[in-house]
Amino acid sequence: MSPSALRPATAPAGAAPDAAQPAALRERLASHIQRRGALAVLVLMVAIASATSDTFPTWSNISSILGNNAFVWLLALGMTFVILTGGIDLSVGSLYALGGVLGAYGAHAGGTWLAIVLPLAVGAVWGSVQGLLVSRAGMAPFIVTLAGLLGARGLLQALTDEGATTYLVPPGAAFRSLGEGTWTPVLIVAALFVLGALLLTRTRFGATVTALGGNESAATLMGLPVARTKVLVYVLSATLAAAAGALGSARLGSGVTTIGVGYELTAIASVVIGGTLLTGGSGSIGGTASGVLVLAVIHNLIDHYFSQYGSAFTDTVNGAFLAVVVLAQTLLSRTRQTD
Amino acid sequence: MVQQDPAPRSDWIVEVAGVDKSFAGVHALRGVDFHLRPGEVHALIGENGAGKSTLIKVMTGVYRPDAGHVRFAGEDRAFRNPLEAQAAGISTIYQEVNLVPLMSVARNLCLGREPRRFGLVDVRAMNRLAAEALRRYGVDVDVTRPLGSLGLGAQQMVALARAVQIDARVVVMDEPTSSLEPREVETLFSVIRDLRRQGIAVVYVSHRLDELYAICDRVTVMRDGAVVHTGEMAGLERLKLISLMLGREMSTVRAKGATAFGAEQHERREGVPALRATGLTVRHRVHGVDVDIHRGEVVGLGGLLGAGRSETAKAITGALATDGGAVEVDGAVLARRSPAAAIKAGVVMLAEDRKTEGILPNLSVRENISLALLPRLARAGVVSQAKQDEVVRFFMERLRIKASGPDQKVSDLSGGNQQKVLLARWLCLDPKVLLLDEPTRGIDVGAKAEVQALIDELAEQGLGVLLISSDLEELIEGSDRIVVLKDGRAVGHLQGEDVTERAVLDTLASADDEADGEAGTEAQAEPEPAEPEAEPEARADNGPGQGRPSDPAVTKEEPR
Repeated sequence: MSPSALRPATAPAGAAPDAAQPAALRERLASHIQRRGALAVLVLMVAIASATSDTFPTWSNISSILGNNAFVWLLALGMTFVILTGGIDLSVGSLYALGGVLGAYGAHAGGTWLAIVLPLAVGAVWGSVQGLLVSRAGMAPFIVTLAGLLGARGLLQALTDEGATTYLVPPGAAFRSLGEGTWTPVLIVAALFVLGALLLTRTRFGATVTALGGNESAATLMGLPVARTKVLVYVLSATLAAAAGALGSARLGSGVTTIGVGYELTAIASVVIGGTLLTGGSGSIGGTASGVLVLAVIHNLIDHYFSQYGSAFTDTVNGAFLAVVVLAQTLLSRTRQTD
Repeated sequence: MVQQDPAPRSDWIVEVAGVDKSFAGVHALRGVDFHLRPGEVHALIGENGAGKSTLIKVMTGVYRPDAGHVRFAGEDRAFRNPLEAQAAGISTIYQEVNLVPLMSVARNLCLGREPRRFGLVDVRAMNRLAAEALRRYGVDVDVTRPLGSLGLGAQQMVALARAVQIDARVVVMDEPTSSLEPREVETLFSVIRDLRRQGIAVVYVSHRLDELYAICDRVTVMRDGAVVHTGEMAGLERLKLISLMLGREMSTVRAKGATAFGAEQHERREGVPALRATGLTVRHRVHGVDVDIHRGEVVGLGGLLGAGRSETAKAITGALATDGGAVEVDGAVLARRSPAAAIKAGVVMLAEDRKTEGILPNLSVRENISLALLPRLARAGVVSQAKQDEVVRFFMERLRIKASGPDQKVSDLSGGNQQKVLLARWLCLDPKVLLLDEPTRGIDVGAKAEVQALIDELAEQGLGVLLISSDLEELIEGSDRIVVLKDGRAVGHLQGEDVTERAVLDTLASADDEADGEAGTEAQAEPEPAEPEAEPEARADNGPGQGRPSDPAVTKEEPR
């Protein structure tokens, strides 16, 4: 047998026909843009913002972008795993609010440890139920987590007597220090993103997540633990959402029942902008990190320039931007397929 | 090497005894016995739906038998899932490459058993291992590229490398050569010989008889869910093998020739052609092709892969946007060009890829057949169930579609029966012209013969048929005339006595010189770019010439 006998047509080898080379180059470029596009957009946006606005590049502005939003980005981290398997998790916004109330309740009733453990435990249980319904009962992730969205919101209402009771994190509690300032939240979130990236790229679990989204029947036939992995991504997503909520309550000092509405959609948007395919099988944590930052910068810019038009404008621009990104992604993946 | 097992009860590595398996009332396996020796290459053959795939899936833990048992290395083993079977040393290469195209080659090769350092996957070691493993199979690629960017043959080799890598003692190959080029088949064969030397047993499923004779030691023939023959490959006559598979007398097989087409020319109805396409042009693909089809004749469209045969047929129906050309049906020019308009005019097309362009897998046989007919059955938007049933029953009987009933899901049927369902879908529209793109690809010998006989019959009844087939024999025996395409141009028209393999090959060869300049652009336009030519010495390395299965010279040896 000869090594050249099986060389693929697109390999830039001497024997390959010349016509194949531009195609390979275009494909590589397309896949690069798909993976790193969000980072490029981020750099571009920051550059434009810094050049055109006096207030954007100030530390107070940047620290408010980072500090106020960082915990919410954890929803996008968990969502990346779910979407990579080809699923979706709509319950994270409600779980974020539920985690906040549970965190405040725990800090109020039992101190820092309870404030941390209680939301994590509830999130993990909630996620495992959703995961089991998706993987074992074969229900559609959209429906299961939509039920989760409604259920968690309902539970939240029950816990707080329909918002009448507000749990406060006692002033001076150690729990509060987790959410204070800019650096603590940013470091916590950054550490979790790094761990998430390691989990995705350097563990068998991560490989299974990607394989599962890329070709589920192949993953099954290769003997990968498909069902278990599916459960675990929903556990991961729900736990991260509840933890994010708890940390948010540490920052705000109380469990706010009305927050978190629509956060699941922002998380999905960040993941998609970050280059993860909604159909699963391809994506990265780094992309998601760029995605959340892009959205945060856009928000900040829109607030700065268009605040007189009201916040409705923010969502419209957001939507338009998302549409453009998804359109670009579709075109790119079409280039990759036809080549 | 087997003897290292403590007191093996037999020298079989795999022993399947009395296994039954049924799905929704259909017996897929009935009391099947199957034995596999270490270090043998064992052919498993039979028509589609004979139970080969089910037997493989029982052995590899995908299905669990309803009755009987599976012994592995002398022990009773009921594998609950593919993982257990793999851990025990049985690995499988499935017919369609079952890997993850978006992930890197190395990832695919190592999924589930990545090398680890400090608990994390050691990417560098993984890439190195993968590159080494693949080089042994003659694949020299950048293992960090996505698998999907490789050619199909190379992907198949990755699947093979993966299967063998896990200390396999048994390797099951389900039609491994269906997407390989002849020289890749040679590589595969040398890998198989290597496995045999190492004492690894290989189960080899294929429809290509030449391959079986080239590589297999023993053979098990299945029919209708039961084993009808097991024995040595050598000394088993080809004709005998075919008749075992089909369950027919040898004399009938001999009388019929290699295909089920009748020997006579069809009676061509003169006059205005049923379909006349002139100057069909599709950018980069088809350059001014003319085809006319009269009622009652089969016109073949010949040429190599990428010559523009499918594109021509699609351009006729309007499924592919044309840049020029006209289509007349019974002398009337089709003004609007779309599949719907073509169907209305009586021109229907059986697409090449029945999985993505044909069947609706989740719907029943009834729905799949009557789908295109519904608009005609409807009265004021309401479809008469009784009429629909009548049509469906008629065609299920007429085409002998093997299904438990009209309500069975089409995805549960074998490939041959799915193809018949698609044929029924178009035939129930009572078309004037039928365009068939590879109508017998991927279906078993028996169904193939039935489909061929049906094409014959339809032509006799006055239908105009356009036949595209990569099976040269089928094309020659089935067609009354052949239009030979090359690089999107019609380079030859063969009629009557000229419809021979020799003539087709000569036409292709003589057209070579003019078309050479075009080769570069053509390769780019192809959905699957052609593999680069190997250097001349690559062929010399391949060892003594085995019969190349797709080589017409070899298929000609088939008994007539």
